[in-house]
Amino acid sequence: MVPFKILVLVCLAYVIFLFLVAFVVENRARQGRARWLRAPIVYTLSLSIYCTAWTFYGAVGYAARSGLEFLTIYLGPTLVFVGWWWVLRKLVRIGKAQRVTSIADLISSRYGKSNLLGVIVTLLAVAGTTPYIALQLQSISLSFAVFAAETRPGWALPGRDATALWVAGGLVIFTILFGTRNLDANEQHHGIVTAIAVEAVVKLVALLAVGIFVVWVLADGPRGVFDLIEATDVAEWRLQPGRWAGLTFLSAAAILCLPRMFQVMVVENADERHLATASWAFPLYLALMSLFVVPIAVVGLLTMPEGSNPDLFVLTLPLSAGRGDLAMLAFLGGFSSATSMVIVAAIALATMVSNHIVVPLWLRMARVAGEVAPAAGYAGDVRRLVLRARRASIAGVLALGYAYFHFTGGSSALAAIGLIAFVGVAQALPALIGGIFWRGASRNGAAVGLCLGFGIWIYALFLPSFGPDGVIPADVMINGPFGIGWLRPQALFGSEGMDPLLHALFWSLLLNSGAFCLVSIFSFPTPLERLQGAQFVNVFDRAGGTRGWAHGVAEAEDLLVMAQRILGGDAAQGFFHAEAAAQGKAGFLPDTTPEFIEALERRLSASVGAATAHAMVGQIVGGSMISVEDLMAVANETAQIMEYSSRLEAKSEELIRTARQLREANEKLTKLSVQKDAFLSQISHELRTPMTSIRAFSEILRDGADLPLADRHKYAGIIQEEAIRLTRLLDDLLDLSVLENGQVTLHSTSANLHDLIDSALRSAGATAAGRDFAILRDPASEHVGLTTDTDRLTQVFINLVSNARKYCDAAHPELRIRVTERGADVEVDFIDNGSGIGKENQALIFEKFARLTDQTRAGGAGLGLAICREVMSKLGGTIAYLPGQGGAAFRVRLPRRRILPRGGSVAPGAHGAGQGPVAAQG
Amino acid sequence: MPWGEGMPEKGKQVLLIEDEPHIVEAIRFILTRDGWGVEAHADGADAIEVIQRLAPDVLILDVMLPGRSGYEILQDLRADAATARLPVLMLTARGQDRDRDLAQRYGVSRFMTKPFSNLDVLTSVRELSGG
Repeated sequence: MVPFKILVLVCLAYVIFLFLVAFVVENRARQGRARWLRAPIVYTLSLSIYCTAWTFYGAVGYAARSGLEFLTIYLGPTLVFVGWWWVLRKLVRIGKAQRVTSIADLISSRYGKSNLLGVIVTLLAVAGTTPYIALQLQSISLSFAVFAAETRPGWALPGRDATALWVAGGLVIFTILFGTRNLDANEQHHGIVTAIAVEAVVKLVALLAVGIFVVWVLADGPRGVFDLIEATDVAEWRLQPGRWAGLTFLSAAAILCLPRMFQVMVVENADERHLATASWAFPLYLALMSLFVVPIAVVGLLTMPEGSNPDLFVLTLPLSAGRGDLAMLAFLGGFSSATSMVIVAAIALATMVSNHIVVPLWLRMARVAGEVAPAAGYAGDVRRLVLRARRASIAGVLALGYAYFHFTGGSSALAAIGLIAFVGVAQALPALIGGIFWRGASRNGAAVGLCLGFGIWIYALFLPSFGPDGVIPADVMINGPFGIGWLRPQALFGSEGMDPLLHALFWSLLLNSGAFCLVSIFSFPTPLERLQGAQFVNVFDRAGGTRGWAHGVAEAEDLLVMAQRILGGDAAQGFFHAEAAAQGKAGFLPDTTPEFIEALERRLSASVGAATAHAMVGQIVGGSMISVEDLMAVANETAQIMEYSSRLEAKSEELIRTARQLREANEKLTKLSVQKDAFLSQISHELRTPMTSIRAFSEILRDGADLPLADRHKYAGIIQEEAIRLTRLLDDLLDLSVLENGQVTLHSTSANLHDLIDSALRSAGATAAGRDFAILRDPASEHVGLTTDTDRLTQVFINLVSNARKYCDAAHPELRIRVTERGADVEVDFIDNGSGIGKENQALIFEKFARLTDQTRAGGAGLGLAICREVMSKLGGTIAYLPGQGGAAFRVRLPRRRILPRGGSVAPGAHGAGQGPVAAQG
Repeated sequence: MPWGEGMPEKGKQVLLIEDEPHIVEAIRFILTRDGWGVEAHADGADAIEVIQRLAPDVLILDVMLPGRSGYEILQDLRADAATARLPVLMLTARGQDRDRDLAQRYGVSRFMTKPFSNLDVLTSVRELSGG
């Protein structure tokens, strides 16, 4: 008789003990002092989470109800571990090579990192595991109830639901504490694995103890037990071959596909060699666990009162024999079985849910909301998010399990719930096995197969498990939906009379695998899928270091696919064709001989660099992993290629710039050439015109002996005048050339502006008596002291006065001279009262030969204003046309004090040039 | 060679379109002494009207004229049936080949560059009026 109080205390103590074990081991592992933990025996014991409360309690009930059939749930795993250990080895090897974190991750990764598949497998796992967790909660609350029944009245026993709730809450805390302490890259949890190993020992010891007690105390030793067995029909060989085969297959599939089994077997595996130990030790563990199942069932059936729950014989037999301590040990064994399963399952499911559902969703929402943090804070942010997602998922998974337990009322037999869950998770089998053994398996095939199998499982097994009229109406169960007979959930396609479990297993897996194969065959995998597929299927090739050429054609095809992406379709096909021809083969697929691989690598390295090419070819041919060194080399190469291309870019920019400069220079030269032609043409005209008069009149004089004297004088005068005009033109040209070439020498002298204007007017003949040309001045304003090249300045004034005198077309021409001081500058305006210069010509007048009218006789060669502009620029001033003054108006502006740079050479003819016709007349 | 051989018939008229007064004076002297009637005009802008009004036997045309170029005037003359066959002696100080080609294309009768020989001008005018 065990008081309930003590039971609870023992439970708490046991849990605290597990806490301590997990805590100590976790710390030691972090300090790197936990080598002994990585022993094969710990690995083997951790595999025992296969044996849940269902095995611990339910196997006895199973045997009591169905005889030896319970053996099938041990038979499947044993067959896998003994006969199929190489499948497990492949799974473990792939898990390590690909850093797989869960079965969903493995399948998603195998099929081109498809998150769709990850989500499907995750949902499948959640749906398949939820009943199983409910099963554990149910077993714990049932076992509590056993003790409660034995308790004195007056004890406040919590209801069954409440027990389950308390247990679920405690498990959430434990799992979160040890399952999400850190985000390890390998997702390994040393503390938890060790705690589970301890629990494995506890449940084995408990079951063996109960068995020994039953056999040697209750039943007088083995011989007595055999007699009892003979007396009942438990051991009668009621063999149903279909059911046996189906259930064996089912449990074999489960050991591969159950998320928690995958977690301990693949993810938590520390060393591949541990599998070798496990391949015999785990079946041995299973054998020990099943050793006393039949004796306990038989003794229970014979000695316990009619109507007792055979699922609880493990507890009730010692209790009824008054052995409370043994019952307590059995209780702890069952408690261990249940908790270890729930903890590992919750961790495995949480990893899947957070990696495949929560985090992708959060990232997408964050991207939509534009909240994605800058890269620096991003990693830490995601880390926190992932941890939080894990914790929430753990709580969510257990909440689901509790909800299932609550709503199904915990009525079904333990074994039935377990088998339903097995069929659910077994749906991942085709995608899993196909994925690691068949290169042709494609993402679409896996997706369609999984969905079909999942759907049929839900429709034909999971929903009906809630009982008649539970979820599916009884009418549908009997007559099919809408009265369609062949769609009846438990008689699909007219398969009447099958066991519902086998029925669902058969149809779901048949359609699942069928669809998987067919769609895989008829759909074309993406390059990433092909690469991943090769890595998974050929996982052992790379380790041996030998290059197996067994998959020659497939490899050549993959290489061609890859080469096409890099070289382009035509180039790649051409290369493969040529190589095949060189090997004496037709078509595009040469044998993947080392020579060919080398040639391909060389060819690819021209495009992507040697390291990249090697890594890519190695990925397909050698199945080799890309090492960090490879990646560094690839990055190096990429950097070099980028640098080279940026150099090229710079070069081509430079070329473009040079070309533009050349073009501009050429345009300038062309323009200059046109200008030169125009200038020469002008010079020719300006020289030939006076020469024409000179020649014509000199011929007249030569030939005309009879000419009157007056005419002779007149013509000789014209000849002289034109000769002077010629000389002046040449002087102007030389002057301008000197000014333009900057060879002019300037002489700074100081003078009064008034005197300079006087001098200019005198030189221009504007003051000569009898001239009808009025000069208007304001002498007071003109007394401004200037320091500049006064000779040159006077030359400019003379030009302007002469121009006014020549071109002013007023009846009474007058010229106004206005002087204004502006700061350090002085302005001298020359304004006449003629018709002025049209707007369109104002910009032209300072150009060479910009003679606007026909009055050539009145002026020079049209170089005057051009010379003025050059002079003023040399003096640090300007000359400009002043529009809107009534007549032609020019403004000269210059600094009052100007220390002029002295040029080197004295230009010939620099002085006395351009001084107008008056100089000639003088 | 002195001029005076083969005097033209009395009353033959030469129109001279030229803006350089000294050149006008020289040509007028040369042709008048040979018995030609000489009219001169210095502006290009209204040259066509003057030509049509005076209807000369020979036209002497400068290229660089104020208002309008000699080439333009020549084109107009050749386009008009009344003056299409008028003998035109073109004088220019821009004596490049390009200018000569341009004048030929526009239908000049004879092309001379400045400075010219007085006898050449006289001979040309005589030949043009005779042809």
